[in-house]
Amino acid sequence: MTTETTAPNTAATGQAVLDARGVTMRFGGLTAVRNVDLTVNSGEIVGLIGPNGAGKTTFFNCLTGLYIPTEGEVRYKGTVLPPKSFKVTAAGVARTFQNIRLFANMTVLENVLVGRHTRTKEGLWSALLRGPGFKKAEKASEERAMELLEFIGLAHKRDHLARNLPYGEQRKLEIARALASEPGLLLLDEPTAGMNPQETRATEELVFAIRDQGIAVLVIEHDMRFIFNLCDRVAVLVQGEKLVEGDSATVQGDERVVAAYLGEPFEGAPGTDEITEVSAAETHADTTKDAAPGKETDR
Amino acid sequence: MTTQTTTPESPSTPNPGTPEGLVPIPPAIGRALATGGGALTIVSAFLAWTWTSAFPGDLTVYGYPGGLQVLVLIGGVLTTLFGLASYGVKGLGWLVPAGATSALRLAALGTFATAWYTILAITFQLGGIVNLEPGGYIVAIATLGALLGALALPFERPEPDTADPEDTPRERLVLDARNNIAVIKAAFASGTPTPARKLPAYAEILIIVAVLGLALTVFTYGIGTEYDELFLGFLLTTGFGFAAVAKAGLVSRISAITAKHRNVTLLGAFLAAAAFPFTQSDDQYATIGVYILIFATVALGLNIVVGLAGLLDLGYVAFLGVGAYTAAMVSGSPSSPFDIHLPFWLSALLGAAVAMIFGVLIGAPTLRLRGDYLAIVTLGFGEIFRIGVLNMDGTSGPDITNGSNGISSIPNLNILGFDFGQAHSFGGFTIARFANYFLLMLLITLIVVIVFRRSSDSRIGRAWIAIREDETAALAMGINGFRVKLIAFALGAALAGLAGTVQAHVTYTVTPEQYQFAHVVPPNSAFLLAAVVLGGMGTISGPLVGAALLYLIPAKLQFLGDYQLLAFGLTLVLLMRFRPEGLIPNRRRQLEFHEDAEAPTVLSKTGV
Repeated sequence: MTTETTAPNTAATGQAVLDARGVTMRFGGLTAVRNVDLTVNSGEIVGLIGPNGAGKTTFFNCLTGLYIPTEGEVRYKGTVLPPKSFKVTAAGVARTFQNIRLFANMTVLENVLVGRHTRTKEGLWSALLRGPGFKKAEKASEERAMELLEFIGLAHKRDHLARNLPYGEQRKLEIARALASEPGLLLLDEPTAGMNPQETRATEELVFAIRDQGIAVLVIEHDMRFIFNLCDRVAVLVQGEKLVEGDSATVQGDERVVAAYLGEPFEGAPGTDEITEVSAAETHADTTKDAAPGKETDR
Repeated sequence: MTTQTTTPESPSTPNPGTPEGLVPIPPAIGRALATGGGALTIVSAFLAWTWTSAFPGDLTVYGYPGGLQVLVLIGGVLTTLFGLASYGVKGLGWLVPAGATSALRLAALGTFATAWYTILAITFQLGGIVNLEPGGYIVAIATLGALLGALALPFERPEPDTADPEDTPRERLVLDARNNIAVIKAAFASGTPTPARKLPAYAEILIIVAVLGLALTVFTYGIGTEYDELFLGFLLTTGFGFAAVAKAGLVSRISAITAKHRNVTLLGAFLAAAAFPFTQSDDQYATIGVYILIFATVALGLNIVVGLAGLLDLGYVAFLGVGAYTAAMVSGSPSSPFDIHLPFWLSALLGAAVAMIFGVLIGAPTLRLRGDYLAIVTLGFGEIFRIGVLNMDGTSGPDITNGSNGISSIPNLNILGFDFGQAHSFGGFTIARFANYFLLMLLITLIVVIVFRRSSDSRIGRAWIAIREDETAALAMGINGFRVKLIAFALGAALAGLAGTVQAHVTYTVTPEQYQFAHVVPPNSAFLLAAVVLGGMGTISGPLVGAALLYLIPAKLQFLGDYQLLAFGLTLVLLMRFRPEGLIPNRRRQLEFHEDAEAPTVLSKTGV
């Protein structure tokens, strides 16, 4: 580990915000997620890792009502989450997507305002009649949205179309849009995919800042350094089942996790000496190697 | 250090990027030729073009342009103005924020097309070139000169694709064609607009008034064209003229101004439209006006459903029918099964309410579908309405709608003693039956415009657009997709129903055949959708312009006969190929096409 962790180990034990019990998702004969338990406590950042196809995103979709779990239940602050994604958001669980799903032809500000949908009430009639209540609510929404844009540092681009933003800012905007729904739990699906180390670092700071606002965070990521810097707890999902859960050290030290990612060691595998030798040679040969080992973004 | 491949310079092709015109004339001469040609065109419009008044429009008078000459005159004025602006004449710079050259080319092309169309029409109709007077020759030469001069002006040539030596001759041909197309495209490309100098508010409002006045004049002229040649000339001149003005960057500049003063624009547009019947001495054109308004209002209602919420509804005309039938049944018509005569405000509300109920009834089961499936199901429901109404005639079903005979002899409206069937005169102007209805319909249009504007710029409007953009993400943001879509559907239905209540009285009779999916006469579902797409999805003025064009063109081009629908289809295909965003693009979509614009264009929340 080259960078030191900045995660303060405070407020790690709160009451459970998210409590998933025995979540199983079957698609026909295929079991994508099998009997997974996961709790996220308030003030906690929890990571969810696993090799490609382990069922991480499926599990996410079960949590956010996009899929209805075949078995098991998901509770948010003690109440079972409804099986509709818009009701889940209204209940207080917001999410981002693995492939950015912004409203591309809306402006940055409008994207965040859409996120405010569940926290405002004005219907069609109030929009048509334009009473004082409507104007007040619109103004309040806009102020809140601008605060969020300040928070992620995009306030100066409020009137840009979302599609014209650079990639990293689109990711940020997606987070701001999710935050606009005033969630108690934020689910981030690969927030640093395709980012360079600086951007990853900035995202890390952003997630800490979100946690400091009292929002619990559950994050899927492939960037191990990012995950182990960030998370209070990490759960490993392999082939739909939870393999291990614990703090960074426990997970990193677990042989089964290494095996799941890299495969079992085979006969005649290179020893540690040879590995260091090779990697030293590689470092010497190519210093500008792409340092973002994220998944290819399929946009 | 990576190896760099040097691009081979082929000596035969001209250096890319060098400014050079399409016609090998020195630019200075070309510019003078274009401007002078424009000026000469103006002069020649005042000369006689033919000796006999057998050609419609009487082009025989010296000193007084008539018919097509007026159009050529306008083209000449535009060409001259853009020509002078390209010289950098002070005061004209405001007209051409995006450069005058492309605009000059298009203006010259338009003038040339109109003038030569006229000359050829005279020659062929009257049998020979001898029928031309000197003025005819002069205008032909002047416009040709202006066109050649404009084409000689330099422009940035795109870098041609270089040929691969192993290409077959066929591939060479294709490559050459592609390069030539790119060059022609570049010739008509406009530059980046320069930001406008800040004008005082009163000046901007004056500009809006002037533009609206111009629009009213153009529209009135278009409706009033009396013969086919004049209408074709009108289409040529306005088409090229509008393209030229758009290329000059003036359209976007003016739409920025109107976006700034939205209420003034709305009020001004309303007044300008209300002035239309007073400019007509004959009720015949008010008839066209009221039909256009009905069509345009319904198209605007459809724009909520299609343009904002992104729900492709192919049976929308059924809601117009529901409104019209409802109003007809409670109008006291003798063929209505109900012997009720409600006042208009009540029947209008009732029509809108019944249409809304139908909207909810149809929407509730269908809106769970997405995309093409929704389109097919709405198409089916549209036909169910028509066939259902056709069969409720007392023999195949209950006697409610009088079957294929429809409900006839719908009495004229009478609001507070104002009889809509009678001609009234106000201060010297006589307002006859259709003009009365035109004014009433205009009020309905205003209501629909306000509803569209207010709903699109609100929480619910943003939810519609979010659903259109990405339904899954919208749901994940807490938008109840089904509910929001149902609101859009019901609102669209209610607005169409409202328009239908007036339509029933205008047409005297409502029959099921008026509300088909496709038909030669608008409004029908296909034409409504075409008006929305042609005009520009998600804007207010788009469907209004689209509907006006789609009504006027078939009505004026009767001589096309059976080929009307073919021509309509061809036009639509061409338009979608070359201007997919519609005639009046949404500012949102405009930004889409200018991704690398340096300064952020401030986005108005609704299209203007």
